[in-house]
Amino acid sequence: MGRTLAEKVWNDHVVRRAEGEPDLLYIDLHLLHEVTSPQAFDGLRLAGRPVRRTDLTIATEDHNTPTLDIDKPIADPVSKVQLETLRRNAAEFGVRIHSLGDVEQGVVHVVGPQLGLTQPGMTVVCGDSHTSTHGAFGALAFGIGTSQVEHVLATQTLPLAPFRTMAITVEGELPDGVTAKDLILAIITRIGTGGGQGYVLEYRGSAIRALSMEARMTVCNMSIEAGARAGMIAPDATTFDYLQGRPHAPQGEDWDAAVAYWQTLATDEDAVFDAEIFIDATELTPFVTWGTNPGQGAPLGASVPDPASFADPQERTAAENALAYMGLTAGTPLREVPVDAVFVGSCTNGRIEDLRAAAAILDGRRVAEGVRMLVVPGSVRVALQAVEEGLDKVFTAAGAEWRHAGCSMCLGMNPDQLAPGERCASTSNRNFEGRQGKGGRTHLVSPQVAAATAVLGHLAAPSDLTVNRAAGTAALEV
Amino acid sequence: MEKFTTHTGRAVPLRRSNVDTDQIIPAHWLKKVTRSGFEDGLFEAWRKDESFILNQPERRGASVLVAGPEFGTGSSREHAVWALQNYGFQAVISSRFADIFRGNSLKNGLLTVVLPQQTVERLWALTEADPNAEITVDLEAREVRAEGVTASFELDENARWRLLNGLDDISITLRNADDIAAFETTRPTFKPRTQPVS
Repeated sequence: MGRTLAEKVWNDHVVRRAEGEPDLLYIDLHLLHEVTSPQAFDGLRLAGRPVRRTDLTIATEDHNTPTLDIDKPIADPVSKVQLETLRRNAAEFGVRIHSLGDVEQGVVHVVGPQLGLTQPGMTVVCGDSHTSTHGAFGALAFGIGTSQVEHVLATQTLPLAPFRTMAITVEGELPDGVTAKDLILAIITRIGTGGGQGYVLEYRGSAIRALSMEARMTVCNMSIEAGARAGMIAPDATTFDYLQGRPHAPQGEDWDAAVAYWQTLATDEDAVFDAEIFIDATELTPFVTWGTNPGQGAPLGASVPDPASFADPQERTAAENALAYMGLTAGTPLREVPVDAVFVGSCTNGRIEDLRAAAAILDGRRVAEGVRMLVVPGSVRVALQAVEEGLDKVFTAAGAEWRHAGCSMCLGMNPDQLAPGERCASTSNRNFEGRQGKGGRTHLVSPQVAAATAVLGHLAAPSDLTVNRAAGTAALEV
Repeated sequence: MEKFTTHTGRAVPLRRSNVDTDQIIPAHWLKKVTRSGFEDGLFEAWRKDESFILNQPERRGASVLVAGPEFGTGSSREHAVWALQNYGFQAVISSRFADIFRGNSLKNGLLTVVLPQQTVERLWALTEADPNAEITVDLEAREVRAEGVTASFELDENARWRLLNGLDDISITLRNADDIAAFETTRPTFKPRTQPVS
């Protein structure tokens, strides 16, 4: 019987397989950041163990880093200690690190791909659940806890329980204004935050093949929000074109050998998935979340749902709690929900295409009165590219704040946070209670919806702006 | 890792689904570089509410958390497990756990037990009615027992063996160092390395 993409990558990394034991898998790339690694390095020190493969390990600073005044000492003393701890550990154990101020610094899941370190057929891990991002290249990539970080540092392997496979087939063309973010939010709402549990998802079909590498990363990034072990997309010409010429991409004969191998990875025609889901891309519209988990979403054109409409009692209670926390009333059209803040950035939507999309909508327009908009590039390289294209000027001219690279308001570990009760349209990945700051309220959206929302001051799609412009209403004159 | 064989203790019924890792331990706690001292961060936002179950005097010293489905969704932060342990929890019962959280718990000796939602409902009813009701989580017998409830649970044999013996994964893997070294000789040359390239 044929094998799936995930099964092929898994099998090619089995170091040891024995009855009654989990498979021991080799790890090709280990990404580190400051938050989940200090206790792992401590463990190594206690046991007197070295990092087995420093040449397959790389660290960046992202979760804690400030996005303002980065040339000054870090104001938060606890963040400072954590960053300094990573720097010390990297120096002591011989791990390459890109610190704040370095041109290669940025969100770990933006840095790996842009350096060309993430390649098809690899196993990639990081002490961060959004490691699923790298699956966009046809890599088996997943987040791990700190005990596993220590395990990989010490052995370059992980014992792993077997997984099941789920095909998510998306056919047809995404309508205008509908993005990879809308697609993945719709998928999560459909299968739920636990729907992917135990599965490696494979996104397939014509709509997926048509996506750029960056859009594919957005989709795979949020696989974890459906509870999945990982998300993958078969590598193709789009993947190879993205990789060729990047600093760590193979060269010469190695490139030819690599491409030949990568072309064998796609799921065989006669392979069988444990579960399958079909989605018609043509029916999708801009999608936003209304609740406090990423499965609580709806088309932007819908209204805040009535908790009573949920048949499952757990879901009903969850919806009631969510509406109370979010300060929303059932039946309110989502387009009428006003926002205080807009955040464009994160490992989900902090890449150059995301910034271009947001800038295209903001160009010649103004962020609405009373709305604070933060634009945080995913990496220094993304920031430099944006500046080269003049996007930073577009953002600042519109009244948005152009910041330095990092995770920023996605999780509010640095000073970029919402105040209690503030409502934010955010291109990040989690709308959990307090995620963006204590008491903060998050609506997950695409960069396009984020930008349109910033202009109109309430949840909106770019098409709302076009309508307003054609009608000559005041909405654009603010 | 501490061994886990069997544990009996009072319970905290947490009637909530999708308790994510940001609720278990908010991000600003993750700046600590140790594995201890997270107890005050556990459910920090909810504990500000006096009526929250963990704030009830009769729940003090409880060591078994009985939670709703999808417990531990979200981030990979092992701090969530440490926070539960630092607070005094030895076992968590739910009908469904997020994968990464579950893996982290079992590597730290926090036993996460999956039981059907109906059984969780019965444990909720029992422990809500009587805060002194005890729950026994018996890993040797793979069984949860409480007044009127006896429920067996599944746990893969390898994870159970490691928990029962308090074994550390790294030393188990390093017994197979030869296999790792042999595998490394077979890796293709086109695989990337992280050293800076000129």
